[in-house]
Amino acid sequence: MSPSKLELNPSVKNILLLDSDGRRVAAKYFSDDWPTNSAKEAFEKLVFNKTQKTNARTEAEITMFENNIIVYKFVQDLHFFVTGSDDENELILSSVLQAFFDSVGLLLRGNVDKKEALENLDLILLCIDEIIDAGIILETTPNTIAGKVGSNSTESGAPLSEQTLSQALASAREHLARSLLK
Amino acid sequence: MAQPLIKKDDDRDDEDNYSPFLGIEKGAVLQEARVFNDPQLDARRCSQVITKLLYLLNQGETFTKVEATEVFFSVTKLFQSRDLGLRRMVYLIIKELSPSADEVIIVTSSLMKDMNSKTDMYRANAIRVLCRITDGTLLTQIERYLKQAIVDKNPVVASAALVSGIHLLQTNPEIVKRWSNEVQEAVQSRAALVQFHALALLHQIRQNDRLAVSKLVTSLTRGSVRSPLAQCLLIRYTSQVIRESGNITQSGERPFYDFLESCLRHKSEMVIFEAAKAITDLNGVTSRELTPAITVLQLFLSSSKPVLRFAAVRTLNKVAMTHPMAVTNCNIDMESLISDQNRSIATLAITTLLKTGNESSVDRLMKQITNFMSDIADEFKIVVVEAIRSLCLKFPLKYRSLMNFLSNILREEGGFDYKKAIVDSIVILIRDIPDAKESGLLHLCEFIEDCEFTYLSTQILHFLGIEGPKTLDPSKYIRYIYNRVHLENATVRASAVSTLAKFGASVDGLKPRIFVLLRRCLFDSDDEVRDRATLYLNTLGGDTEIDNDAKDFLFGSLDIPLVNLETSLKKYEPSEEAFDINLVPKEVKSQPLAEKKAPGKKPTGGLGAPPSGPPSTVDSYEKQLLSIPEFANFGKPFKSSAPVELTEAETEYAVNVVKHIFDTHVVFQYNCTNTIPEQLLEDVIVVVDASEAEEFSQVISKPLRSLPYDSPGQIFVAFEKPEGLPTSGKFSNILRFIVKEVDPTSGEAEDDGVEDEYQLEDLEVVAADYILKVGVSNFRNAWESMDPDSERVDEYGLGPREGLSEAVNTVITLLGMQPCEGTEVVPPNSRSHTCLLSGVFIGGVKVLVRLSFGLDGAKDVAMKLAVRSDDVTVSDAIHEIVASG
Repeated sequence: MSPSKLELNPSVKNILLLDSDGRRVAAKYFSDDWPTNSAKEAFEKLVFNKTQKTNARTEAEITMFENNIIVYKFVQDLHFFVTGSDDENELILSSVLQAFFDSVGLLLRGNVDKKEALENLDLILLCIDEIIDAGIILETTPNTIAGKVGSNSTESGAPLSEQTLSQALASAREHLARSLLK
Repeated sequence: MAQPLIKKDDDRDDEDNYSPFLGIEKGAVLQEARVFNDPQLDARRCSQVITKLLYLLNQGETFTKVEATEVFFSVTKLFQSRDLGLRRMVYLIIKELSPSADEVIIVTSSLMKDMNSKTDMYRANAIRVLCRITDGTLLTQIERYLKQAIVDKNPVVASAALVSGIHLLQTNPEIVKRWSNEVQEAVQSRAALVQFHALALLHQIRQNDRLAVSKLVTSLTRGSVRSPLAQCLLIRYTSQVIRESGNITQSGERPFYDFLESCLRHKSEMVIFEAAKAITDLNGVTSRELTPAITVLQLFLSSSKPVLRFAAVRTLNKVAMTHPMAVTNCNIDMESLISDQNRSIATLAITTLLKTGNESSVDRLMKQITNFMSDIADEFKIVVVEAIRSLCLKFPLKYRSLMNFLSNILREEGGFDYKKAIVDSIVILIRDIPDAKESGLLHLCEFIEDCEFTYLSTQILHFLGIEGPKTLDPSKYIRYIYNRVHLENATVRASAVSTLAKFGASVDGLKPRIFVLLRRCLFDSDDEVRDRATLYLNTLGGDTEIDNDAKDFLFGSLDIPLVNLETSLKKYEPSEEAFDINLVPKEVKSQPLAEKKAPGKKPTGGLGAPPSGPPSTVDSYEKQLLSIPEFANFGKPFKSSAPVELTEAETEYAVNVVKHIFDTHVVFQYNCTNTIPEQLLEDVIVVVDASEAEEFSQVISKPLRSLPYDSPGQIFVAFEKPEGLPTSGKFSNILRFIVKEVDPTSGEAEDDGVEDEYQLEDLEVVAADYILKVGVSNFRNAWESMDPDSERVDEYGLGPREGLSEAVNTVITLLGMQPCEGTEVVPPNSRSHTCLLSGVFIGGVKVLVRLSFGLDGAKDVAMKLAVRSDDVTVSDAIHEIVASG
């Protein structure tokens, strides 16, 4: 499944979601460019350092290094990245980023921050899985993606009645703690 | 996109580090995974555990084979649960665990069941998982379902099957190719993504069949492709077809150009950009074809989206390299991008402007760039400096403002590479633009007053020593140079002493004052500095006229490669006989790296970094030859070629030959190796047939007594040839010998042998064998110092070639000369190129060649060849070589 054989097909090398310190929240690599975890971490660190000072909050930003094009967008304490090779159409990469960004927004119901993302990590991972399949763009419409991911979350998570007692207590405790600390 | 800015609680700091996975541990999670085996499955709990496992994998944790297998087996139990969410997570983790073939069997039936489920989500994901983990054998079983899925009315299912098909095509092409009909049907799908995936798969199935691809493109460019992504694909396929069909039709129309052009009016920016990019990438694109693409890219330049601006400016930057005029219309938009927040965009804009700018805009541009330079990284700055250098060479009249700019940025903070790029640029400007010399030298002087890089200081001092004395008022540089003697480290001080000496040697009026300064240097704390001062005081000696030897010593470039000098010096043993620099071989053995990297400067005497390369083997050949009495009266060999193999690799006997060229003789040295342990060869000779080399006549043949297994021996054959002429010829060779069987155990050879022959490949003596690769450090100076009357110029048509680069290399190989100043490298896409060569012709005649190549029409290369040499007949000889080559 080497990307070179698919050269004419638009392809994505990785999708990253980092926090405001550059730590990995979720990451998925589709190319062999970074064979080890340390190579991946080094790349993430580089990407983060290179982009952290830019303002990518209203519009997606873009940068280029090591023969890669990286499009990125930030919200709250979350940094979204999509990487492609330097001969890729920048706007295609940008549409993937937008799809990722907007679907996460829908799945987290607008509360897009690190805490919320980690608490719903299953949704984030499913979301990435629905956008890219081994480097090939699978879907880019946020509503469709969120629909495909969310169809189960509504079933398993929504009704409060199905929560176990301990879970209900835990969530109540959290709410109480928060209101007390205010 | 909604981004409600929630007012955060005051305890935000504590929450910052909050994570549901805090303190999570692999061992504990693997324990937790036992819940998968519970008879009463808690779907929610199981989902959570899978999420934890995925979290660990995502953070780079790895599972051992045993752990992975264990998790995989317990996960397969979860197919019992009907919970949709859990099933979704099960699919995900199976893909992450990538089970081995024997494990896959366990889940196959469950997945195949899901593939036929009524729930679309099950079908789509089961297909993706199964295709990811399956191998060929299983594929034939599920093929039927996959074909159905491709035309499934649910787009999610169809896409899943199509994308899986794209992956499977790499491993099981023969199976996937059978799905053509279904895939073709899917191309007509109303669902955008299905169409995109189907088109990608269809093209890949047919990619090796050019005609089929061409047909596919023809039919689709007329039809309606709805998905923007599919349209992008179609554009890529179309450009591929255009590239492969190669020719423009009689009417001058390029097939499919209309389609590309129509895509520029598509409603999706993605497609517009893809089409614009495709047009700019067309082979030999004309300005008329470019115009509409440039127009849309120009609109993108003022977009509010950084990605769009970046994409456009990057493409235009590329176009500017080959068609600068086409991009000039965008200059105004481009200028506003200099202040772009995104520094990548700003840099691309500036370098584009520098490529397209005209003379009148230079000053304004410089002003804008000055503000910009302070807030970009060094790597960007270097790009800008290089662009400015080429701009200055393009518009020499503007040197003043460009030089000012360079000197300003030279004063600012910056790393070594950045400073080096600036210094290199200034040096090149000084060399190529006479008017810029005075101001440029002064800028460099000011720079070394406060330069932290020893390498740059010494380079500049050396350069000052050469250029400074030629200026109107050389005395004004003395102060700067002498200051170095006070304030710098030993390396720079030594360099400054040499520079002072050069001023003293060239400017008589300054000599007494220089002497005073040099005498002071005799008390320096460093021995190198003292030694140099002593040496120069003695060389320039007293009040008498400085003789030519001293001048040569100071200014003559060292025409010996440093590597060769180094090896010769290492070999020299102290004795009565002094080291003779004239005995050092002058042949360049390897391409000196330094020359390529720093076109502005050449390594000098002992200061520059010596180019590294393998030690030359020439000396060992020479010793061998001289030890043979028969060859003693041939004189000193002029050149020894690199070994030429006369046998294929791994044959019974390995033979290569080295050609030694003497003034009136040629000696072939055959290096033979016997690779058969059971054989001993005796009385080995090479029978050379010189019937195709009329001007050569054989004089000596030195056979080899015996050639045992694996110990190389040499055979020499000498020919006489006309003196001093580049006589060429072709020789065929046969190895003749007596074979004796060798007993492998005792190693004893039998007494009786059999006569045998072995055919070797032919050998040629060509013109290049008579020319030594000897570089010069400054081609321009060397060229100008040669007698213009010796110049011979002519033009040649080289016929159609692959490209300029290929033509340049052919001529270099033909002449066997040393390319200078990195001119053997042809920049991509250039239509013309000048290559500088230098060498020494047989008889010790120095030759310089200036080659100007031009590309006319489609691929025809024309070449203008100008030769200067110490001997006019040699200039003519070079032309003859090229004319007959």
